Amino acid sequence: MSEYRDETMMLKTPFHSRVEAANELNEWDGWSGYTTPVAYTDVELEYFAIRNSTGVFDLSPMTKYRISGPDAEAYLNRLVTRDVSKIKIDRVGYVIWCDDEGQMMDDGTLFHLGKNDYRLCSYTRVMDWMSWAAMGFDVRIVDETSEVAALAVQGPTSCACLSAMGLTGLEELKPFGIKRFTFADTELMVSRTGFTGDLGYELWIEPQHAEALWDQLFAAGKHYMIKPIGSSALDLARIETGFLQAGVDFVPAQDTVRIGRSRSPFELGLSWLVDFEKPVFNGRKALLKESVEGSSYRLVFLDVEGNKPAANSFILVGPEQVGTVTSAAWCPTAKSNFAFAQVEAKYAEVGRELIAEIYYQRELHWTRLLAKCTVVAAAPFNPPRRRQTPAPMC
Amino acid sequence: MTDYDVIVVGAGHNGLVCAAYLARAGRKVLVVEANQQPGGGAATREFADGFSVSACAHWLTHLNPEVKRDLALEHHGLTLAARDLDSIGLDPGGQHVTVKGDSVDGPSISTGDKAAYQEFHRMTLKFSSLLANAFKLRPPKLVAGNFSDRLNLARLGLGMKLMGKQDMSELLRLALINIYDVMEERFDNELLKATLSFDGVLGAHMGPRSPNTVFGYLYRRVGDVYGFNGPAVVRGGMGGVGAALVEAANSHQVVCRTGVAVQDIMLKADRARGVRLVGGEEITAKLVVSNADPKTTFNKLVGLPNVETGLARRVKNIRMQGGAAKLHLALDGLPEFKGLSAQQLGQRLVIAPTMNYIEEAFNPAKYGEYSTAPAMDISIPSLHDASLAPAGKHVLSAIVQFAPYALRAGWESEKDKFKSLVIARIAEYAPGLEQLVTASELLTPVDLEQEFHMYGGHWHHGEISLDQIMFMRPFPGATQYGTAVDGLYLCGAGTHPGGGVMGLSGRNAAREIIKRGNLA
Repeated sequence: MSEYRDETMMLKTPFHSRVEAANELNEWDGWSGYTTPVAYTDVELEYFAIRNSTGVFDLSPMTKYRISGPDAEAYLNRLVTRDVSKIKIDRVGYVIWCDDEGQMMDDGTLFHLGKNDYRLCSYTRVMDWMSWAAMGFDVRIVDETSEVAALAVQGPTSCACLSAMGLTGLEELKPFGIKRFTFADTELMVSRTGFTGDLGYELWIEPQHAEALWDQLFAAGKHYMIKPIGSSALDLARIETGFLQAGVDFVPAQDTVRIGRSRSPFELGLSWLVDFEKPVFNGRKALLKESVEGSSYRLVFLDVEGNKPAANSFILVGPEQVGTVTSAAWCPTAKSNFAFAQVEAKYAEVGRELIAEIYYQRELHWTRLLAKCTVVAAAPFNPPRRRQTPAPMC
Repeated sequence: MTDYDVIVVGAGHNGLVCAAYLARAGRKVLVVEANQQPGGGAATREFADGFSVSACAHWLTHLNPEVKRDLALEHHGLTLAARDLDSIGLDPGGQHVTVKGDSVDGPSISTGDKAAYQEFHRMTLKFSSLLANAFKLRPPKLVAGNFSDRLNLARLGLGMKLMGKQDMSELLRLALINIYDVMEERFDNELLKATLSFDGVLGAHMGPRSPNTVFGYLYRRVGDVYGFNGPAVVRGGMGGVGAALVEAANSHQVVCRTGVAVQDIMLKADRARGVRLVGGEEITAKLVVSNADPKTTFNKLVGLPNVETGLARRVKNIRMQGGAAKLHLALDGLPEFKGLSAQQLGQRLVIAPTMNYIEEAFNPAKYGEYSTAPAMDISIPSLHDASLAPAGKHVLSAIVQFAPYALRAGWESEKDKFKSLVIARIAEYAPGLEQLVTASELLTPVDLEQEFHMYGGHWHHGEISLDQIMFMRPFPGATQYGTAVDGLYLCGAGTHPGGGVMGLSGRNAAREIIKRGNLA
């Protein structure tokens, strides 16, 4: 190869021309093979756009599987732990799926698009597992990641922005609902979903209309302080509202190498997503056993003393290490030093006091801090507008 | 209240053995069988007017003596028409090789080979005795810390140790290599090597150079430990085993319904609660035991959607492609084989002149084609049992390898061609055979699958190889005859210890069920 190559070999999302133009910092990261901005201008400003106006996140690299065919519902019911038949058409459900050992493989959102027609969005790429799970079912599974462009439009003015763009009646859409609009002679699907814990929507459209959608959205949102956001700001928002991130807060079971490093839904506080009323689903037997015998670990939310984020900290009880922090941040809106930690199950009750062993560096100087923290029941950020219908149009 | 304590799906020999043991222990047992004739692979088939033959297995080589005694099979009518037969490796020129128990003879056999065979026989019998010990017990689990499992594993280890340093290290060396290399190391005579090595690939999708073939050989030699000094012929054909087992089962009040196929195993949540017959009749039971092979059990009877994905994958990955066909000939008179006396005709005749011949017969099977020069294991049972053919007439039965289940061209168009080719091959050793043939049939693995409900037409319900034995049979993580579906057990040859008309899978399964108690 003699030719000099200055092009990245990463894939580009359908919004790339607009994302690139807006990315003043030129900071990029990889996400499932796509190049994706870490931040466009300033992480704090982007975060505050999510919380105070509207932040727009390009989520096109999100893995999307289209699952259809006569057995689609039955297939999904065996695949995921909750009862899929309860997710009505034009509704979205948060789902998790496990291996036979009842260990979490991933979580995702399941869009019920029509009778026996679903879209499953996930962090991991699991086509092999999905195909194995399809043995014995009349079902068609297509990876449509590159065939659907998607934007998350999140924040208190998001509904107003989108309405200004012409999506009338959107304010009536309930959380986890789906509404379809016509945009540039094609279908624009809008779901009231997101990863920020705030009022927000996700927009789904064919890739060739992506740039036009971006342009119209930003034109309409100009007076609502709309701002593109990168993955760092989103991460801050999702921690503040207590959303788990696969690969960060748990290792997808199929990626673990060492015994005991995967986690069950019970251990991650997701037991509400496990429905033992269903006859068979992957992990059922193991989870039933665990529900009787108890779990080894527990993911807890911690309110940490002080303002130093407890990133990667050990959690101590006396001198003994009983867990580790998986996600941590100073949460600006909640004004809380918040962390997720995996601790031994016996130390997980709400109100329990633990110690976070925090290390931080100032000008090459490392400091160790033993910060008191308390197990809390819920994440600190949970505004009413997240659920409010009709949605606020401020 | 359920209709029965236990329903056994399939009246194969293991299903009947299991049913009889369970009934003997006081369970109320029903056996349902799709075919009219019970016995499964131990069946006799009248393939032409007045001519009957063992339809699948044609020698009795493995029947476990404890099963025979416990179920009083002789009392219930099991009789051998002949036993301790020789295996004769046929030579096109008539210089045949005869394997007779621990000795080998023939005009071309050197004294060196004779001595080498005696030593080989001694050593392999020792290895097979070790296997026979493991066969009696449920397969130990490796992970769970069950005391009796640990003890059984320790016994197996101790058994190896007690063989002596030399034999133990030889076992460890041989177990994983192939029969071709072992034969090359020990013998000079090509025909002898081929005759012996054929035992390592019988019924398997393997050639002599395939790994696991030494194990296949040792597996077969377990019959020696059970008191068979060579193959035996059952009076009335192998169906005689099935018939005796039915009698034995009946004597313990087992209810046997034949000619009724099971549509599916009924489940309540993840527990088996009975069977639904084709036609809709539902019968309930506390436990269901499937004598069907694991693929048929999970693919068809339970349904893959009703088990978890990891299990479905393990079921899919069981290697279970039949590679052997059965040829049945009705003969107008006794055929003449070059250089064989009438007495010798009644022995087990092997067509496999060299190991390369077998390997070359196997090669096309890898690519979905049949052998143009197949290897064969031939029996003329009517010489020992006149009831099988009209007076003065005979039947010939041959196991033919290799005939792959998934024939690329499809068996429908190729079957007759293959049959003619096989008959012509035998006729090279028995000139004039074609003129004696009054009726003939060839059962390909596809036919065997349909006839005996064995997935892939594989006699052993799954390849007998080191990766599919003990706790890895039918698949890794299998739970000692139990399954992931509560109340559903397996008792067929797809479980430890495996195939061949041995009866231990059925017996071990019954013992495990009894041990776990009524509601296990």
